[in-house]
Amino acid sequence: MQREADLASHSAEEPTRRDFIVIAAQAFAGVGAALALWPFIHQMNPDASTQALASTEVDLSPIKEGQAITVVWRGKPVFIRNRTPEEIKKAVDVKLSDLSDGSARNDDLPERAPATDANRTKKGHENWIILVGICTHLGCIPKGQGLSDARGDFGGWFCPCHGSHYDTAGRIRKGPAPRNLEVPPYAFTSDTKIKIG
Amino acid sequence: MANHESTYRPTSSIGRWMDARLPVARIMHAQFVDFPTPRNINYLWTTGGLLTFFLGVQIATGVVLAMHYAPTAADAFNTVEHIRRDVNYGWLMRNLHAVGASMFFLAVYIHIARGLYYGSYKAPREVLWIIGVVILLLMMATAFMGYSLPWGQMSFWAVTVITNLFSSIDSIIPGLGTRIVQWLWGGFSVSGTTLTRFFSLHYLLPFVIAGAVGLHIWALHVAGQNNPTGLEIKTTSDSVPMSPYAVMKDIFALSVFGLLFAWFVFFLPDYLGHPDNYIEANPLSTPPHIVPEWYFLPYYAILRAIPNKLLGVIAMFSSILLLVFIPWLDTSRVRSAKYRPVYKWFFWLFIISVVALGYLGSKPPEGAYVIWARVFTAYYFLHFLVIMPIVGVTENPAPLPRSISESVLGKGAAPARAAAPLGR
Repeated sequence: MQREADLASHSAEEPTRRDFIVIAAQAFAGVGAALALWPFIHQMNPDASTQALASTEVDLSPIKEGQAITVVWRGKPVFIRNRTPEEIKKAVDVKLSDLSDGSARNDDLPERAPATDANRTKKGHENWIILVGICTHLGCIPKGQGLSDARGDFGGWFCPCHGSHYDTAGRIRKGPAPRNLEVPPYAFTSDTKIKIG
Repeated sequence: MANHESTYRPTSSIGRWMDARLPVARIMHAQFVDFPTPRNINYLWTTGGLLTFFLGVQIATGVVLAMHYAPTAADAFNTVEHIRRDVNYGWLMRNLHAVGASMFFLAVYIHIARGLYYGSYKAPREVLWIIGVVILLLMMATAFMGYSLPWGQMSFWAVTVITNLFSSIDSIIPGLGTRIVQWLWGGFSVSGTTLTRFFSLHYLLPFVIAGAVGLHIWALHVAGQNNPTGLEIKTTSDSVPMSPYAVMKDIFALSVFGLLFAWFVFFLPDYLGHPDNYIEANPLSTPPHIVPEWYFLPYYAILRAIPNKLLGVIAMFSSILLLVFIPWLDTSRVRSAKYRPVYKWFFWLFIISVVALGYLGSKPPEGAYVIWARVFTAYYFLHFLVIMPIVGVTENPAPLPRSISESVLGKGAAPARAAAPLGR
């Protein structure tokens, strides 16, 4: 009986120095292992040479009305289209309530900016639509840059992979893509030159 | 099964010396020579051996290919052609490896269908089954990364489409999906950096699979093999030693399956591939019609059947993860569908659905193809989530034989030997 009472009181005793060293060693090893893991994860993120890829300058003067070119920025294709007046009118006339993604998706504007044609282009250069040419569904390159390409039901771009249709302002109108084509950060350095990034 | 005794008797003095120090031979003998195998297992039970064989083929040929391949954006495409044209027997190694992947998946799908039909996932084999699902996922990851290595147009765009699945997380936590995808890529788009890391992981994962296969076989040898009756081994007359009976049956089946394998390797090495993969990867041009390898088509059809990106991705991943829960979704007290007159029909409906999804996955995502893909996707999930739990309760199973022996020898033959306990 005395022995049992001893055992019972022992478990309720003050922590010993041994308890402390056990917990301290476990905590030290646990935190150390977690910290050591981070370099192994972070090494896979885009490296300094990739991050340093600066901006791309493009001369727009050779692109006639109705034509389009594709340039590369940060390894991604960028669509540049010189829209015809009918194409601009089609894009301006769309009611915002008809859009499945209401955000302008313009890197130069806040997220909540509505997806009007004006918010997807630069003031005074409304004929130029400049977009990251990557379908927001699963990353294919939509068709519509070539003159003979299929441009989908809304006259903009059509992604052949899973059937997403974009309008002449690069906004998603039909198909599985969740977002409008992204407008990259860019600025006009002169009337016929832009700098992307 | 685990407690069955090894009849191993070392015959040489070296054998006895080793047996007292590291009894590997004793364990191998117990597990792969006189291990009790149900006497009634049919040819579907040879797929396990077949899969072990194909894992070996993939590792052996893969090690050889890695000696001649360079995983960089500039060299990858050319070194694969170099292997096919210049390296001694390189054409053979490449064909064995590429066709071997397809044969591996063909065998694993038969293996899984066998398990589903005969209820091999039911107690006490749940852990065995779940390890199998893990192996399937590892195989898919390995095959997907392996397909990127030739760095053709299909390689490049398959990587783009599949890694972009993770960007759907953006619609839950904005920005997180993009961060994950860029982490996988090592850049802002798929590039040579992505190729190099996929090569590293493609070399690593088969050895992880080998480890998981070890656990799979261990779990199998604890529970013992299932068989067409779904009954447990009760007496010695219910079983035969694994060697020579099951081993020779495996070798015969392997020889027959090997004919199919050889036919593709020597006569149709590119039949299961896609011609667009002989165009070098071009980040600025998407092929008009991206299709994965045939063994991923059913999942691809499920992905495309759902018009919402995030839900499509969730449906695709859950179509595989759902398999983990089957041991608890199946409420029937009878294992084998052989004795389940109602469930049997639903099983074949399920197989038809998967094959149909495979066909639809190879078609463009438009019109009637999308509608049918939705119908079969719905059945895929209904089968597991609704049919399995309900039919298991409502169905009246056919009478089971009293033992494995009775199912083989007929009534009357079995009881004479039924008294002998197992392992004596």
